[in-house]
Amino acid sequence: MLSLPSPIETAMLIKRAGAKFNEELLNPTSNAANYTSNKSMSIAMGVYGADLSYASIFDQTQTVMKYMATSKKIADALGLLSSIDQNIIKRMESNVNDRDSIIRIISETFMNSNSSLKEDNRPALAALILTGGWIEGLYIATSVTKSSKDKELIERIVDQRLSFNDMTKLLEQNSDNPDCAQVLASLAPVKAAFDAIKVQTSNIVPVTDKDSKITTFKATSKITITEEQFKKLKDETLKLRTAIIK
Amino acid sequence: MKRIWSIILLVSALAITSTTTSYAQCKNFAKGVCKPQLEPYIHDGIYNATELSEGESAELFKTFYSGQEYRVAICGDPTLPPIEFQILDADRNILFSNKEANFAKVWDFKLEASQQLIISIQVGMNEDKASDQTARGCVAVLIGFLNTDK
Repeated sequence: MLSLPSPIETAMLIKRAGAKFNEELLNPTSNAANYTSNKSMSIAMGVYGADLSYASIFDQTQTVMKYMATSKKIADALGLLSSIDQNIIKRMESNVNDRDSIIRIISETFMNSNSSLKEDNRPALAALILTGGWIEGLYIATSVTKSSKDKELIERIVDQRLSFNDMTKLLEQNSDNPDCAQVLASLAPVKAAFDAIKVQTSNIVPVTDKDSKITTFKATSKITITEEQFKKLKDETLKLRTAIIK
Repeated sequence: MKRIWSIILLVSALAITSTTTSYAQCKNFAKGVCKPQLEPYIHDGIYNATELSEGESAELFKTFYSGQEYRVAICGDPTLPPIEFQILDADRNILFSNKEANFAKVWDFKLEASQQLIISIQVGMNEDKASDQTARGCVAVLIGFLNTDK
């Protein structure tokens, strides 16, 4: 089993690393009308899920409600009627000032679409939703990062190479589906950009705190990235994202 | 010949339906029984759930990020023997085993460097069995993270 990060988790990580909110980065909801095939709708569902997550982490209430309504339309068109029902919209409206509740609802809703598709024997579409969300998360992270010297954000971006591998495995598992095979092939330039970045990680030593009972995996990681390598990754991500939201 | 194909198709259809049904059942099990164990952590929304028999195992591959606090909750159908779970690194070195923690069902951790880890679960064997029947039931692995950005 493979488990990709939820877009909420990615949004939380980039905010903590110093990212700011920029509404212009989001895929406009007006684009939703352009998505009519199962492939484009599944990817868009992921993209809007990531946008929704990014907006919610930054308390952009109106944007959150707008993007949730758009996600609902796409979910309905994909036949995911139970994923985003009217109750979820109402729950969101009544918890609009409680960020934790909103985060829980989004996390549950977005990933529920994924498991509903698995239940319906449509795993390829589930893979495309997760891929769309992952690409949008990387696009937002690379867009809000100004240079390779922005250490914390760079660390978060380079970390994405790990879940990138999970995502490609997921698409490979569904590569008999032409849409998944096509998306998988389109990821090659981003993979090459990730592969050019050098990362050295030490062995992990687990240490458990006796009082809190929390275990810390102690390890160090050293990232070596040039400005050109960062720019290449940013450009390839932009190209990929532009292609998927067309 | 036609009849053989009909039987094959029927068996295939039943297998697909049964897989789908068991995932749906196990997802409900994960939602009702396992998810509350994650509190106060936020569920990542993914229901990793499947049906396993005594002695069977499964693995979950997931990337965990530095600076984030996580909780793993493992739940099994009450008819199943205790479930062992291990956390392994990418080279399959064992970082944690709940066998050393009295088969704990919940475990909290954080990382200093982001890593892909493997959560390996193994259903134990019933040693003092009254019948020859092998127990089978839902097993779920849920992951939660803390929203520390408040």
